[in-house]
Amino acid sequence: MSIGHLLIIAVASILVNNFVLSRFLGLCPYIGVSKQLDSAIGMGMAVIFVMTMASLSTWAIYTYLLAPATSIWKIDLTYLRTISFILVIASLVQLVEMVLQKTVPTLYRALGIYLPLITTNCAVLGVTVLNIDKRFGLVESLVQGFTAGVGFTLALILMAGIREKLDLADIPKPLRGIPIAFIVAGIMSIAFLGFSGLVTE
Amino acid sequence: MSSGILIPILSVGGLGLIFGVGLALAAKRFAVKVDPRVEKILEALPGANCGVCGYPGCSGFAEAVVAGKAPVNGCVPGGPAVAKTLGKIMGKEAEEGIKKIAFVQCRGGKDKAKGKFSYQGLENCGAASLISGGPKACRYGCLGFGDCVKVCPFGAIEMGEDGIPVVDDEKCTGCGLCVQACPRGIITLLPFSQKVFVGCVSKDRAAVVKKACAVGCIGCGICAKKCPQGAITIKDNYAWFDYNKCTSCGTCAYVCPTKAIVDKVKARPKASIGTGCTGCGICKEVCPAKAISGEKKSRHQVDMDKCIGCGLCFEKCPVKAINMVGALGWVEKKKGVA
Repeated sequence: MSIGHLLIIAVASILVNNFVLSRFLGLCPYIGVSKQLDSAIGMGMAVIFVMTMASLSTWAIYTYLLAPATSIWKIDLTYLRTISFILVIASLVQLVEMVLQKTVPTLYRALGIYLPLITTNCAVLGVTVLNIDKRFGLVESLVQGFTAGVGFTLALILMAGIREKLDLADIPKPLRGIPIAFIVAGIMSIAFLGFSGLVTE
Repeated sequence: MSSGILIPILSVGGLGLIFGVGLALAAKRFAVKVDPRVEKILEALPGANCGVCGYPGCSGFAEAVVAGKAPVNGCVPGGPAVAKTLGKIMGKEAEEGIKKIAFVQCRGGKDKAKGKFSYQGLENCGAASLISGGPKACRYGCLGFGDCVKVCPFGAIEMGEDGIPVVDDEKCTGCGLCVQACPRGIITLLPFSQKVFVGCVSKDRAAVVKKACAVGCIGCGICAKKCPQGAITIKDNYAWFDYNKCTSCGTCAYVCPTKAIVDKVKARPKASIGTGCTGCGICKEVCPAKAISGEKKSRHQVDMDKCIGCGLCFEKCPVKAINMVGALGWVEKKKGVA
């Protein structure tokens, strides 16, 4: 496992397999929180944070509980990963929220309501499931979790920047608001298709 | 085979138990003492996290209220009901006793106000006002790109056909977002009961106003002279209303030569003099429209075409011989004022 290998994982999850624009995960916050650049950045930071933490904890649960079950109890528990991952992520975020509120109130305030909002975001669950599917180790999982968050933030910030400009544009009445945002999201997704083939998995 | 169901149940249940106990312990260990009022306020709020108040979500607003940074009536969707509850929690009465709504103080639509140049930039009042004072000849006038319409969270403002926004009095909650959005400062909040207001904010001299707009306030002062309450003063070429004194009688709107003063009452009741008239002549004197005629000591007559329904004679008549006919609700309200 070299630096180059990790770099490839990073580029793949930021650009090539961008969680929003290529995998179409986490579309709800992508449309919902992309009206203003400020809140988009806040949301993005919270997603990066949660994705990294979730990658760490779910990797541990899978490697030390679900996977060994086959050899210890002679029973395959891997089908439980979705439900146990949701459980882990939700409790972890709650815990982190409490710790942050007590120890780093400034960061807690900066992440604001976005932290609890993304506890069970499908993009967060998606990155943890992908980690397992790709048989990633701890470091690889952490890199993929972090960079997937970065990719999400990138998409969110780009979208917020465009939508702030769109507010001032002369858009036909039926398309104003959400409709034009959907069209923009589609065009951005097509644009990100240009990265496909950059990294072969 | 029972282990096939038992082990998954135990492992996931066990995980849940561990996390549950862990969270419970952590909640105690990392408990942050918050003002109990914050939680009470949070419960009273609608909880939509809409952000209209300008704070990040309802919790942000609740904290700001307790810290004294935000007013108790800051929650727009909650309206007066929530403001009252919050006021009780905070131990003070809600600051807004009366319902206020937005008034657009410009009547200079496309047909009445002249343009200065053809503007082809962003469809946005803020942007348009930056270019040489905006595309209207009047530097105070409404630009008509509808920043107020866009910002209104209740859909209470619509752009009229003449390019001047129209406020729906029933939908307006008086949140004041449009007041902030208007780069011209044309929109003000006034009590819901206010029916007469100046539909112009221009402080330019009469000659300048007349060149730019047919319905601008030229500061002539006729309204100030005629106002029976003395609620209007002329300063800076503009008729300033004292809305505390104003009874919305509509006299000023009637006498205004440019029709810059707006009377929102569509149909005012007309005065009618009954048989109790002693012919004292007071009504004749107070009538701003010169609609009353009659000899001293004989029953006076009202010219229905001339009567503007201001109700001044109704209030002044010493023997209560005058009735206001039609628009009954308005008369009763008027009695309350008098």
